[in-house]
Amino acid sequence: MSALRNFNLRDKGAEIWAGWNRPVRTVFVITFVLLVGLLPFAPSWGPTSFLNTPITSFENVLVYPVGMFVLMALGLNIVVGKSGLLDLGYIAFFAIGAYSQAILSTLYGWNTWQALPVGMGLAMISGVILGLPALRVRGDYLAIITLGFGEIIRIVALNLSVTGGPNGIAGIPNPPTIFGFEFNLMFPEHFFWLVLAMILLTIWMIRRFTVRRPGRAWEAIRQDEDVAALMGVNTLIYKLWSFVIGAAIGGAAGVVYASKVMVISPDMFKFEVSILILACVVFGGMGNIWGVALGASILAYLPERIRFIADERQIIFGLVLIIMMNLRPDGLLPRKKREKIEEKRTM
Amino acid sequence: MNFSVITTQFWSLVLQGLALGLIYSLVALGYTMVYGVLRLINFANSEVFMLGTFAVLWVEIEVLGHPVTAKPLAGFELVYTLVIALVGSMIACAVLAVLVELVAYRRLRARGAAPLSSLISAIGVSIFLMETMRMFTESRPQTAPRLLDKWSFGEIAGANFRIDTVLAIISPIVIFVILDQFVNRSRLGKAIRAVSLSEENAKLMGININRVISLTFLIGGLTTGAAAFLYTTVYENTVFNVGFNMGIAAFTAAVLGGIGNIRGAFYGGLALGMMEQFASAVLGSQWKAVTVFVILVLILLFKPNGLFGEAVQKTRT
Repeated sequence: MSALRNFNLRDKGAEIWAGWNRPVRTVFVITFVLLVGLLPFAPSWGPTSFLNTPITSFENVLVYPVGMFVLMALGLNIVVGKSGLLDLGYIAFFAIGAYSQAILSTLYGWNTWQALPVGMGLAMISGVILGLPALRVRGDYLAIITLGFGEIIRIVALNLSVTGGPNGIAGIPNPPTIFGFEFNLMFPEHFFWLVLAMILLTIWMIRRFTVRRPGRAWEAIRQDEDVAALMGVNTLIYKLWSFVIGAAIGGAAGVVYASKVMVISPDMFKFEVSILILACVVFGGMGNIWGVALGASILAYLPERIRFIADERQIIFGLVLIIMMNLRPDGLLPRKKREKIEEKRTM
Repeated sequence: MNFSVITTQFWSLVLQGLALGLIYSLVALGYTMVYGVLRLINFANSEVFMLGTFAVLWVEIEVLGHPVTAKPLAGFELVYTLVIALVGSMIACAVLAVLVELVAYRRLRARGAAPLSSLISAIGVSIFLMETMRMFTESRPQTAPRLLDKWSFGEIAGANFRIDTVLAIISPIVIFVILDQFVNRSRLGKAIRAVSLSEENAKLMGININRVISLTFLIGGLTTGAAAFLYTTVYENTVFNVGFNMGIAAFTAAVLGGIGNIRGAFYGGLALGMMEQFASAVLGSQWKAVTVFVILVLILLFKPNGLFGEAVQKTRT
C-alpha cells in the first residue's frame, strides 16, 4: 500500500523533463502534439486499429466525449485542483455556452467564432453571480450552490420557450471555414484539431497562471485559507477568479460542442455529467494538468470502447470517487511533491 | 403568474406548507447534526432519505404483504402496519447513515485529510447509492399502497385537515421535542455538544470522538428515516432520484435556520416549506426547485449565518 502511495510517476517525469535543455524540450513537445493530432487516423493504421470504437466512429468519440471531457476537466481542475473548491454543477457553464451558441446562431445568425466570446462571457457572469454569495461564506457552501445551479439551468432550459423546452434547439450551423479547415460532418478530425488547439491553449494558460501571482495565491488558499488571508492574499477575489476562469473554459467547450452536434436539448446537461467530469479530475490527480488530461481520456474513452461498461458507468464513477479518495487521494499522476499539503493529524 | 391563489387558498396552502416543511426539517436534521460535529456537508444524506422511502415500500409490500392494489386498512392492523413501516425505515436509514460514515468519512478523518477529500468521497457514496437504485428499479417510479385511508377531519377556512397531513405535522413536532430534550439533557447529548464546540477539548475530557460521530450519524439517520416514512405516506410514490431535490431543499432549510443549530432546522424547514408552497402555487410547480435555489442564494448573500445563527460561531473552516 505505501509503495503504491509513494510511487510518483509525475515526479519521475518532472525529473527527466528538468534534465533536458530547451531544443530537446521543444522537439519533444512538437512530436507529442503531432502524434496526438494524428490520433483520428489511428484506427485505419494496422497496429493501432484496436483503438477503434464499436458504435460511434472513433473520430467522433475523440471530439465528444474524449476531447470535450479533457477540456472541461482542465477547466474544472482550476477550481477543484488548484484552489481546492468543490464545483458540482460544472455542466451548467457548458450548458450556458451551448445555449448561447444555439440561440445566437439560429435566431440572430451569428457564427461560432462570434458566439464564442459571448458564450464565455455569459458563463463568466453567471460564475460571478453564483460564486460571490457562496465564496464569501465558506468553501463547502459552493458545492451545494453549484449542485443546485447545475439542475436549475436544466430546469430553466426545459421550461422557457426561447430554449425550445424539452425539444431543445435544432439546426445549429457548423463553424465557418477558418485557415482553410472546413467544419462539417465529413471532417470530424477538423473538430478534433479545433478542440486540441483549445486544450493546448488552456494548458498554456494554466501553466502561466501557476507560476504567477494567481497560481501562488490559489495554492496558498488551497493549503490554508486563513493563513493565506493573513499573508495578505485577497482570498475572495482569487477564489472568484479561479471559479470564473473555470466557468469560461466550460462555456467555450459548450459553444464548440453545440456547433459540432447541431442539436442540443436539456437532456444533455444532466447532473451526471458534472459528476463524470469531477471523477475525471479526481481519478487523474487533482491539480496536475497531465494527470487530469490522462484521467479524462481514460474515463471518457473506456465506456465507448467497452460498451457493457456504458450502462453502469455512473456506478463505476461513484466508486472511482470513493476508492480514489480513500486509497490514493492524489490520483493516478499526483501533483508535485512540494505542492502537497503536509498531512496533519488533527485527531 | 396567478396571485389570486394566495387569498383564495391561503389556509390550504399554509397547511400543505406545514406538512412539507416539517418533512424538510426532519431531513435537514441529518445535515445539521453532522455539520455540528464534523463541519462537513453530509452529501449522502439525500440518498439515505431515498433508500428510506424504498425501505417503507419494501416493508409494506414484501414484509407485511400488502400489494400496491391493497385496500386501506383500519383499526389495530393499520396502526401496526404504519408503526412497523416507520420503525423499519428509521432502522434502515440509521444503519445506512452509520455505514456511510464508516465508508466515506472515517478513514479520511483518521488521515486528517482536507475537507475537499471528504466532500468528494461523500458525493461518491451518494452517486453510488442513487445509481444502484436506478439499476434495481430500472428508473421507474414506484407507487406505494394506500394503506391509510385519506379521510378528513373536516374543513376549516378552506383548509382540508386530512389524516396524512395532520400526521405529517404532528409527528415531526414530537420527534423534535424528544431530540431537543435528548441533546440538551442527556449525557450523550452533552457529549455531542462538547464535540461540536471543540473536538480536541472533548477528546481531552475523555469523550470517544468516533462513537459520538457515529451516534450523530445514527440520529440523523433516524430522523431522515421518519421523514422518508411521512413522505411515502403523504405522496404515495417514490423514484430513485427523489433524494436530489429533497437534499437541496433540506440543506437550504438547514442553512436558513442556521446550520448546526437543531431548533434552527425546525424553523428553517417550516419557513422553506411555506415559501415553496406559495411560490409553486403562484408560479407553477415546475419552478419549485428554482424557488428553493433562489432562496438559498439570497440567504447566503444577506444572512449567511441563517435566521437563528449557527450553533457555533465559527463561520470559516
